[in-house]
Amino acid sequence: MLEMIVASSIKVIIVMLAVLTGCAYATYMERKVVAFMQHRIGPSYAGPYGLLQPIADAIKMAFKEDVVPDKVERITYALAPIASFVPSLLVFAVVPFSADFTLVGRQVTGVISDLNIGILFVFAITSLGVYGIVLAGWSSGSKYSLMGGIRSSAQMISYEISYGLSIVGVILIANTLSLRQLVEQQDTILHWYIWKQPLGFLLYLTCAIAETNRLPFDLPEAESELVGGYHTEYSSFRFAMFFIGEYANMIAVSCVGTTLFFGGWQGPFLPAGLSVIWFVIKVFCFMFFYIWLRATFPRFRYDQLMNFGWKVLFPLAVVNLLVTGLIVLW
Amino acid sequence: MFETYYPILFLILFAVFLALVMAGASILIGKRTRLGKKGNPYECGIDPVGTTRDPVPVKFFLIAISFILFDIEVIFLLPWAVVARDLGMFGFVSILIFVTLVMIGYFYELGRGALKWD
Repeated sequence: MLEMIVASSIKVIIVMLAVLTGCAYATYMERKVVAFMQHRIGPSYAGPYGLLQPIADAIKMAFKEDVVPDKVERITYALAPIASFVPSLLVFAVVPFSADFTLVGRQVTGVISDLNIGILFVFAITSLGVYGIVLAGWSSGSKYSLMGGIRSSAQMISYEISYGLSIVGVILIANTLSLRQLVEQQDTILHWYIWKQPLGFLLYLTCAIAETNRLPFDLPEAESELVGGYHTEYSSFRFAMFFIGEYANMIAVSCVGTTLFFGGWQGPFLPAGLSVIWFVIKVFCFMFFYIWLRATFPRFRYDQLMNFGWKVLFPLAVVNLLVTGLIVLW
Repeated sequence: MFETYYPILFLILFAVFLALVMAGASILIGKRTRLGKKGNPYECGIDPVGTTRDPVPVKFFLIAISFILFDIEVIFLLPWAVVARDLGMFGFVSILIFVTLVMIGYFYELGRGALKWD
């Protein structure tokens, strides 16, 4: 029992540190990649190639004034960043990062907790993220925040349905809800589920981008019309918490996508203890794709966004599901 | 039975702790000034007009209600997906009937224009 507590606490701390560092450097990567795509240099003063920029940003954020405007509902205003930050980290509890390996004579599992209903857990937790946004938008007492919050919640719940349906196909083929077993089934590149579920993957990708409020679906934060969206009235580290939450969500959906469709930590050449490297490479490709999209596409209009979610993605997801079911049973 | 959930409990505690530390840090070490005009809600520098506790367009509530309906559909599909092979064609036909019923509702909603934005 004691050993279990110590082992999982260590794992939790390592994973959390990795995720938070990942979030920090995702912002750096985003700025740098977008800069290169636009023939700029991007951050370059703090440290070599600007590598210390995220740390400088964090310190600067912490020393900024924490402005609480007059018209806010104080309790919900204080709760909102926490409600948005915490769920974004919880998803990582079930993501399998590496194969099981032995370290100084002990068997180490490559996942914080191997739930037998892992995917359900992921979707339950992802749904909680919308609360932070609604609370932030409503409690700020600013019109931009309110509109951003309402839009964002409508967008997230609209895409959540197709998001949920898009993975049912994979579950049909895999016959399990445990993420670890899913990875174990995709042992070679030919067994990756993307080949069996190409449409499912495209649906997942689209909905994941919409769920995390990224371009071209970043209506809640449309700077040109809504200023900052739901976090307009936040400042200092509470603003940073929304920001970290957003990037943690991006990394989380990338991790889940990798696990569902790209074989997770499975890969050739590396021993079990180092298989996490494959996982990181695959997630990195996902993140790069996210940023690439941002640099390439203009933003949707709101009615286009809602129509696309309800009238294109949802029927497609249902058809994909039924066809997969038929093929599996045939 | 619940052993697998203990690590998640640690993770929740850790995440909440982290969130409180972050929120607390900026309050403790951040600069503090008297707010005055700065406490106004942001409205491009003009004095704020009206309140924000206005009614919200009913469209959004319709979306929320449709979401509940269809999301429950997804929840019913997941258990079927896990045992689809054991249930065989019987399960598939049952699910087909269920999905058809839900889709009738969906097309009815489309026809009534509940999902139309303008």
